[in-house]
Amino acid sequence: MTRWITSPRDFWTGLIYVGLGAGSLWLALGYKFGTVGRMGPGYFPRVLAVILIAIGLVSLFRAFFSKGEPVTHIAFKPLLMIVGAIVAYGLLVHTAGLIVALLVLILMGAAASSQFRFDVKAIFGMVLLVAACSAVFVKGLGLPIPLVGPWLQPLLGVLGTLR
Amino acid sequence: MEVFDGLALGFATALTITNLSYCLLGVFLGTAIGVLPGLGPAATIAILLPATFALPPVTALIMLAGIFYGAQYGGSTTAILVNLPGETSSVVTALDGYQMARQGKAGRALATAAIASFFAGTVCTFLIALFAPPLTEIALKFGPAEYFSLMVLGLIASIVLASGSILHALGMIIIGLLLGVVGTDVNAGTQRFTFGFLELADGIGFVIVAMGIFGIGEIVANLESEGTRDVSIKKVSGLMPTREDWRRMVAPVLRGTALGSVLGILPGGGAALASFGAYALEKKVSRNRAELGKGAIEGVAAPEAANNAGAQMSFIPMLTLGIPANPVMALMIGAMIIQGIQPGPSVIKEQPALFWGVIASMWIGNIMLLVLNLPLIGLWVRMISVPYHFLYPSILAFCSIGVLSLSNSPFDVYLMALFGFLGYVFKKLDCEPAPLLLGFILGPMMEEYLRRALLLSKGDATVLLTRPISATMLFLAGALLLLVLLPTFSKTREEAFKEEAV
Repeated sequence: MTRWITSPRDFWTGLIYVGLGAGSLWLALGYKFGTVGRMGPGYFPRVLAVILIAIGLVSLFRAFFSKGEPVTHIAFKPLLMIVGAIVAYGLLVHTAGLIVALLVLILMGAAASSQFRFDVKAIFGMVLLVAACSAVFVKGLGLPIPLVGPWLQPLLGVLGTLR
Repeated sequence: MEVFDGLALGFATALTITNLSYCLLGVFLGTAIGVLPGLGPAATIAILLPATFALPPVTALIMLAGIFYGAQYGGSTTAILVNLPGETSSVVTALDGYQMARQGKAGRALATAAIASFFAGTVCTFLIALFAPPLTEIALKFGPAEYFSLMVLGLIASIVLASGSILHALGMIIIGLLLGVVGTDVNAGTQRFTFGFLELADGIGFVIVAMGIFGIGEIVANLESEGTRDVSIKKVSGLMPTREDWRRMVAPVLRGTALGSVLGILPGGGAALASFGAYALEKKVSRNRAELGKGAIEGVAAPEAANNAGAQMSFIPMLTLGIPANPVMALMIGAMIIQGIQPGPSVIKEQPALFWGVIASMWIGNIMLLVLNLPLIGLWVRMISVPYHFLYPSILAFCSIGVLSLSNSPFDVYLMALFGFLGYVFKKLDCEPAPLLLGFILGPMMEEYLRRALLLSKGDATVLLTRPISATMLFLAGALLLLVLLPTFSKTREEAFKEEAV
């Protein structure tokens, strides 16, 4: 199969376009189409979806009949680490609080780099960044994000009684 | 004179202590982030946008404009000092600017860039003040059909300048338009593409899309080719251009400004095209053309004047028609909508202080750039030499907190992660993200204008072709598309972008 694909970028792009277009069309079929004079909510998306499918098909066609560049090496590790770090941050920010969420985000995000070393410099930078963000965004600009979330509130209480 | 009254009002607005300080803050932050390699103006504005939400509209837009100029100038600084253009528009500056830096003339190159930008900025401020009001008069006569066709033209024009495949760019526009459809339909109240998520009922926040694609996607792309960068900067000294430099600078700056002003006003045009054009022009007409590419001051002065002129002139379609010429202007429009201002020709009538205040602040911002940047070059140099793996975690943190400031919902965070992922994938497939963002911003407006145009014509779709202005614009869009599809043109286009990649 791959032997006949002479332009891989066109192939993958075409596949994505046709996929997105078909998905949108399928969903848009559930919305009222209306008439040309009274466009319903389904009119515009259906037209767009059909155009997208057409563009995708041309791209797919081109993938077999024109010469194009290959898809260069995909950086899976940084991609998954960065995206994963943001998702982890999203999960933690309202439950464990901003401080923990940021620590996880920064640590996991930074580890995506091949230059990353977990040393004193990195820890120092991380603490500084978390402190600065907490001070500026929560204390300064007053964003309603808990610094310490409900998960860790009991811990805070224990620390309080110890003192 | 209406224009002078307007400018007087503008300066009165822009010269308040609050607005001046936010303009200064914007220019400073914009330059600071703009000098960081791999962060262009669009990314810089996307990252800093949430910081302006709490400000009043005028102040917010003035600050954003300041960030834009700052980032633009910051890009030129990295182009000259380390041969790393932060964005397309400073690619040509790197050709001669970096050579000058290698010859120990970095200071003079930076000063030339600043002076050329300042001159172009001054001229363009007055051009905008002069031409924006009559243009809004014309725009007020536009009906929905004209607006729809104008947007089609704007979208098509944006592809011509996008690097990479034209077909793929067209697809990106359509995906952008489809993303714009997400949310509650204004007429029927139908939930479209929301998958039952309440968070999507108001549509996808454009800050989320911009941050995901330009912020997160860029980070991943930069991490891919890590460690190949050689950032060794010599000490910058001797800022003042010599008398000889001044003499050689004059003509290129004038030519660059003229070319940039013309090209910048075109929809989809702007800074990048202007600087390429200016450099090509110098290659043809300059007396020292033999030196170009080997560290000629003309090679810095002309493109820098042109890109600043182009960048500034792209405010004209944004302020008068409410149509973005590039992703940066799309972000500005998004900021206006968030501030509760409906962009378009009515802005000048309903918000004269805002309209003229932004124009006046452009000039003030340009002075600040000149005054601020030359003494602070030492600081910028130090910022450039910070290794990327220490920088990007902070960008990650700012984006993640910024996205929460929209509606404090983790859903937005996941959405940003998704767009970051998509941004990287599209980049790998040679699909330019800028058309997607333009389509996304214009999508809801286009649907509404099309619906109204067809309602008024009682379902007669030929209305788009029978109204002369609308027909002209559709014809231009079609002609542009044909032009880029012509083999000869696409060859020169490819070559132009290849030159850029070097």
